[in-house]
Amino acid sequence: MIELRSLTKKYGSFTAVDSIDLSVPDGELFGFLGPNGAGKTTTLRMIAGILQPTSGSIHLAGIDLSEDPIAAKSRLGFIPDRPFIYEKLTGAEFLRFVAGLYGQDGEKVDHRARELMALFDLEEWADELVESYSHGMRQKLIISSAFVHRPEVIVVDEPMVGLDPKAARILKDLFRAYVKRGHTIMMSTHTLEVAETLCDRIAIIQGGKIRAVGKLSELRAEAAGAGLEEIFLRLTGETAARVAMDVLDA
Amino acid sequence: MRSDLAITLSGPRPAVDLRKTASLMHLLSPKILSAKAQPLGNPENRLGKLILFTAVGGAFWLFVFGLLYRLLNYFRGIPEIGALLAGKLLALTFLSLMGILVLSNIVTALSSFFLAKDLDLLVAAPVDWLRLYGAKLLETGVHSSWMVVLLATPVLTAYGISYDGGLLYPLVAVGAMLPFLVIPAVIGSALTLLLVNIFPARRTRDILSVIAVLAGAGVVLLFRLVRPERLARPEGFRSLVEFISLLRTPTSSWLPSEWAAQGIMTWVRGAPEILPFYLLWSTAAAAVVFGAVLHRWLYMNGFSKSQESGERWVRQGTFGRLVGRALTPWGVMRRELVLKEMRLFFRDTTQWSQLILLAVLIVVYVFNIKFLPLRGEGITFFLQNVIPFVNLVLAGFVLASIAARFIFPGISLEGRTLWLLRSSPLEMRQLLWSKFWVGTIPLLVLALILVFATDILLEVSGFMMAVSVFTITMLTFAIAGLALGFGALFPKFNTENAAQIPTSFGGLVLMMASITLIGLVIVIEARPVYQYVGAHLLKIEPSVTGLWIGFGAAAALCLAATFIPIQIAIKRMKQLER
Repeated sequence: MIELRSLTKKYGSFTAVDSIDLSVPDGELFGFLGPNGAGKTTTLRMIAGILQPTSGSIHLAGIDLSEDPIAAKSRLGFIPDRPFIYEKLTGAEFLRFVAGLYGQDGEKVDHRARELMALFDLEEWADELVESYSHGMRQKLIISSAFVHRPEVIVVDEPMVGLDPKAARILKDLFRAYVKRGHTIMMSTHTLEVAETLCDRIAIIQGGKIRAVGKLSELRAEAAGAGLEEIFLRLTGETAARVAMDVLDA
Repeated sequence: MRSDLAITLSGPRPAVDLRKTASLMHLLSPKILSAKAQPLGNPENRLGKLILFTAVGGAFWLFVFGLLYRLLNYFRGIPEIGALLAGKLLALTFLSLMGILVLSNIVTALSSFFLAKDLDLLVAAPVDWLRLYGAKLLETGVHSSWMVVLLATPVLTAYGISYDGGLLYPLVAVGAMLPFLVIPAVIGSALTLLLVNIFPARRTRDILSVIAVLAGAGVVLLFRLVRPERLARPEGFRSLVEFISLLRTPTSSWLPSEWAAQGIMTWVRGAPEILPFYLLWSTAAAAVVFGAVLHRWLYMNGFSKSQESGERWVRQGTFGRLVGRALTPWGVMRRELVLKEMRLFFRDTTQWSQLILLAVLIVVYVFNIKFLPLRGEGITFFLQNVIPFVNLVLAGFVLASIAARFIFPGISLEGRTLWLLRSSPLEMRQLLWSKFWVGTIPLLVLALILVFATDILLEVSGFMMAVSVFTITMLTFAIAGLALGFGALFPKFNTENAAQIPTSFGGLVLMMASITLIGLVIVIEARPVYQYVGAHLLKIEPSVTGLWIGFGAAAALCLAATFIPIQIAIKRMKQLER
């Protein structure tokens, strides 16, 4: 479970995240949508404990992140949007290292690491240095690292970037299977189709504020039956795409 | 909005003028703008850094200038051979600078011509090959040469003032230096171009690192074997004629270093010669043309190869398994952190290859100690005991250099992967202490070997041996703590080359802090050591209280220098938002 209360992040006079209140219960896959610079990544990085909130609180699995960061983080897996990892470790060593950060080792960890690498077609690359991996392979490895220690909550920033269609499909299935087991996923994405098909509930953020939150059916009902793209564009005021189409057609 | 887009997307395609879009200055403009935007990092502490940098730079320049000026004035007082000695010294200086420049250009060219992040953009754009060559050559030259220029400025100023070079002297010096800097830049870039075309691309960086370090080590060893200090002792030669003939012989008449030295020396001695300048400028021009032709032939093929990645399989070594087992009682997290640190270090050629240079420096250091004239007339018991004490200062300096190279960059190298550590339940305290022990234990082993070896060569007393071992142990902990602390306070997270981290501003501050600490510890310990040596000479009992106070204060200072920086680093790491 993830709970955000009056979560705010300011960079000097600029407010990146403005008093957000959100609750993502166990067993839910929550989508976080918004245009570039809306505050999605800042929010997710605060939940992951990388950025300090200016005010407000974050609870992960019922634990206050600011009061007991170690206990809260031990229940969390984070998948960032940029796949920066240790270039001089092999894929298998990297997964073992991540499990070690969560105090886990031994046969079970090795078995889980092998399973995850096999799932993402990385088996043959397991003993190869990360520096020779492609962007997509690194992304797959980071996704595997978030699952290797069996967290209760996963926070994902743009998971589909760089993935081939097969891996994207595997990831979707993995996410669904994971929340079915009672765990929680909060995911930001620009791919509306992914949010539409995968997420139980969706929040749309713009200018650091939540503009709408609810199930897709609820959002549709509020927007008189419009599709997610239409709802997104209406809420975020992004009309430029349509203007561009008009110009090209002119 | 609509009208803007209409202009952007509709209408005829504007004419492209390559001369305007991709001029040399245009290609260099991102670098110049970046350099202007953040010369000293964060604006909050820019003034402080500027003052510190100016003070350190000014002090260094004054020191080099003052030392050389006195030496040159001394040479001027020696009839016949004084000017020859000054010329020989300048030629040797230029020869050393040339060696440094060629090596530095080889390594820098690999980054700027083949691995820089802006190359995808530049190579994909319709940029003329000659302009790209010019821009990258200039970038390589500036990156490789700025330190040499900083070093050469006080040297050349001392020659100009000591020999009264006149108002035109600065022009002469610049006229000699400019082509002298261009030639190694072209040679270095051309060698890199050839290497990238010959070797598998991803291996080239590794090969170059090893070549550069081995060559650097070779230069250091050669310099020691040549023993330039012999020139200052003419009595070592069979006759004065032999000595003068050695001085008159050019160090290397076919090298630009000799031409630059000749050009400057003939000017300051009042008999200017044009030939050295002609040789310098014509060679520089010919080198640029030759380099450009080579670039046109080989660059695209080399660049294409540098984008390929080779297979890099590694196996878990026995050593790694043994360390893993040994660390198991300390917990999974600590074990994995230490193993990670070791793997990253030994798999990164740019890091471990520096150990070769380090080994050579240590051999040269021990070699020098071995040949110190410590026996014979005028060498007192007092001197025999004070020299090992001074030896501690030098050993401390060696340790500080190693810590700056291997411990200081630890935090910076963690930069891009900090997201992983920050989002995991790892405490920053654990991370920093793991880095501390991984760096300190090998440093301590090295420090003890160094001090034991040199003290045995110096045949010191048991008391001095104990003092040395105690002091170097405390200093090792303190220097490692300082390196970690300054590494967290002045991180360089976005550097493309790990070897550049120790030479950053933070590295400079660390070296200054370490030298200050070593100085303080030695000053604090000097009195009890002096008292002991004095009491030994007078055959009376030394004051035990004095010893306790002196060594207690030194230990307290070292412990403070170990723990306080680490605490600051932990606090700083907790505040970092990456």
